[in-house]
Amino acid sequence: MAEHDHKLIHAFGALAELGQEITNKNNFQETIRTSLHLISGALGIMRGAVARFSRFGHELNMLAIRGLGDDFPLSLSLTLEDERQFLSCGLAPIDIPQAKVLPFFQVYDASFERRGLELFVPLVVRDEIVGAIFLGEKATGEAYTNYEKEIVCAMGQHIGVAIAQRNLMAEIERHADENRQLFDEMRSTYHDTVKAFAAAIDCKDKYTEGHSVRVGKFSEIIAMELGWGKDEVEGAAVAGYLHDVGKLTVERKIINAPYRINAKESKELNGHPGVGYEILQPIHHPYTDVPLAAKYHHERLDGRGYPDGLYDREIPYIAKIVTLADSFDAMTTDRPYKARRPAKEVVEDLQRNAGKQFAPEIVTAFLGGMLKELQGVDRTKRFRRLLGRDYMEAEGIVDTLKYTLNEMAPTTPMTYVAAAGQVIL
Amino acid sequence: MTTQSAVVSSLEPVEGRAVIHAGDYINKLSGEQIEHECKQKLDEGCKEIILNFADTEIVNSIGISILLGVIDSASNKGAKVVFSEMNETTVELFEMLGLTKHVTLA
Repeated sequence: MAEHDHKLIHAFGALAELGQEITNKNNFQETIRTSLHLISGALGIMRGAVARFSRFGHELNMLAIRGLGDDFPLSLSLTLEDERQFLSCGLAPIDIPQAKVLPFFQVYDASFERRGLELFVPLVVRDEIVGAIFLGEKATGEAYTNYEKEIVCAMGQHIGVAIAQRNLMAEIERHADENRQLFDEMRSTYHDTVKAFAAAIDCKDKYTEGHSVRVGKFSEIIAMELGWGKDEVEGAAVAGYLHDVGKLTVERKIINAPYRINAKESKELNGHPGVGYEILQPIHHPYTDVPLAAKYHHERLDGRGYPDGLYDREIPYIAKIVTLADSFDAMTTDRPYKARRPAKEVVEDLQRNAGKQFAPEIVTAFLGGMLKELQGVDRTKRFRRLLGRDYMEAEGIVDTLKYTLNEMAPTTPMTYVAAAGQVIL
Repeated sequence: MTTQSAVVSSLEPVEGRAVIHAGDYINKLSGEQIEHECKQKLDEGCKEIILNFADTEIVNSIGISILLGVIDSASNKGAKVVFSEMNETTVELFEMLGLTKHVTLA
């Protein structure tokens, strides 16, 4: 076989390997390093480099370099004239010793000459410079033939596409990052707005001060205890924060009147869930069901709630969560007509009303979370912060919780050890 | 060829000489092992590196490029590179690409 044929077969082998290397999902830097090896190995080239073009800095930055020594510049600037010329020539090898006209070759002449660089190949993809290949002398000492330059061009095309693809991916990642940042900012603004609304609602009356915020936090705890995902937990918190937004239209004196309100006043107060829904419904919330939580947080499982007297499965789940959080807060805070009730009594009330007013599994989740905190399994102090340490650590509360949870989940009983040491199953 | 042995054995330098045995297939992986061995020997002050190709059947383009790098490094450190026990195909390939112009054949 003639030497020319041998060379052709060897170069084709390298070209095939290069195609494979570039289509593989390898590390980009490693791909370029291997590509430089393949060009060098295909034609027996002693030294060379592959650079990526930065259109912001107008410079060629080295990605892979071999045999050019430590003093070879790692970043080479291009003038607009250089760029214009390279673009007009496209992907065509330039003989460095003959290319002294362009500023690029004048500026770096000494470096190129010292390292014996012979060929410069601008990598042009879709009318854009994406990089360049620098090639030194061949090991045979002979000049590059036209056929070898064609091989260099073919391999350069592959490398150029790999760099262009990488640039595109970097741009997509940058846009994705920007979008993520924007989204986070919007989310943060949304949450701040929601909290401001909650504070505005609570300002209506000194007795309900902090009520919406606490209902938001209790709803969040319940969603977490139910094992919901991060977004759903946030949605539950928002639903809690905004559940009473309809009260903004209710007369201040009616909201917590220390007397039995008349029928007209009662109608106005009981209209707040519907008004809340009307306020929230046109807003595009990142979480679904926020308006429904406002509308149905006074519904009961037994159908005796308002505004629509819905039964169990007709009530949206988020509303069931907010109902419990709302009632729990009402029972555990001082009101003008009623003092705060002891924790033990509240727990018993929740148990008694599970299945009537509240969804039993929501009560179980909520009380379970409380027990975990009291037993030190959960150290976040979520309940203590909202209810106060003394209230949470009332005598007998742990036993009451254990007993209640046992009663509510008879198929998976916990061993309840009473204070006197008597075991009750 | 069914295996791609990347085994590189290296003898201790004797009077500034080291012998490195190339595997049956010189590709990126085995080539980088050879390169690593050679660099180590050159750094230790070795003045003659003998690359033994007795087991070598195939050298791909990356292997060629790495061997050219070894030749260049040795030349920069004033060391001599000897290629020994190559088969006919390997000799033809190295001659075609000019590697043999920079090394001593044995």
